[in-house]
Amino acid sequence: MFEPLTWTLVALSLAAMVFAILLAARDRRINWTLLGILGVVEAGMLAQLVVGIVQFAGVDRDVSGPFFFGYLIGSLLILPLGALWALAESSRWGAGALAVACLVIPILELRLHEIWMA
Amino acid sequence: MTDPEATRHGPGRILILVYGVFALAATSRAGVQIATKFDDAPLAYILSAVAAVIYCAATFALARATKVSRLVATVAILVELVGVVSIGAFSYAVPDDFPDATVWSHFGQGYGFVPLVLPVLGLLWLRRTS
Repeated sequence: MFEPLTWTLVALSLAAMVFAILLAARDRRINWTLLGILGVVEAGMLAQLVVGIVQFAGVDRDVSGPFFFGYLIGSLLILPLGALWALAESSRWGAGALAVACLVIPILELRLHEIWMA
Repeated sequence: MTDPEATRHGPGRILILVYGVFALAATSRAGVQIATKFDDAPLAYILSAVAAVIYCAATFALARATKVSRLVATVAILVELVGVVSIGAFSYAVPDDFPDATVWSHFGQGYGFVPLVLPVLGLLWLRRTS
């Protein structure tokens, strides 16, 4: 995997999580700035999928394909679904839910990294 | 009588999101295990699939938030609680039958023990909103 991309995605999604927590704490709803950051993360994860496909084709170690691509593709679902789910809530808990969705991304990225390095 | 819709609002928003993540995780995991290496540990992988079905049922039932779906959610979450406690105990007692994790093995250790806490929170939330 292209590690700088992985760690950038981890850092950005953690920053988005903090932002979402601050919105929730101030009783605000999700705003376009937050959704914009998440859009960048999502685009980065799409790029990661492309990188993953290319690198998997050339890898000479024993990387588990189904798990590797399961994480790559599954991770793409979290933020769009989380955002839709959060937007449908009119209270601060919408931003709270999106903060949790943001936290899922670093966890998936770490797992992905482990699977790749195995 | 309060509004059954309360189930999916407020803190319920976070609870259901976490359930959704586990539904996705358990379904993908069971799918990969059954499709690629079912013969290695059929029992563990069938239980993996059962866990996936329970998480999906709980997620949709909580999110639907009607009187009937709350009942479905309660049953699903009770099964989930029994599942995580018994599979958790079994996976320590007979580790050979659980060579690599279901979501519930070792009380959900591979998932930060969230699978153990989640059904408790789920039941508390259902009681709180009833």
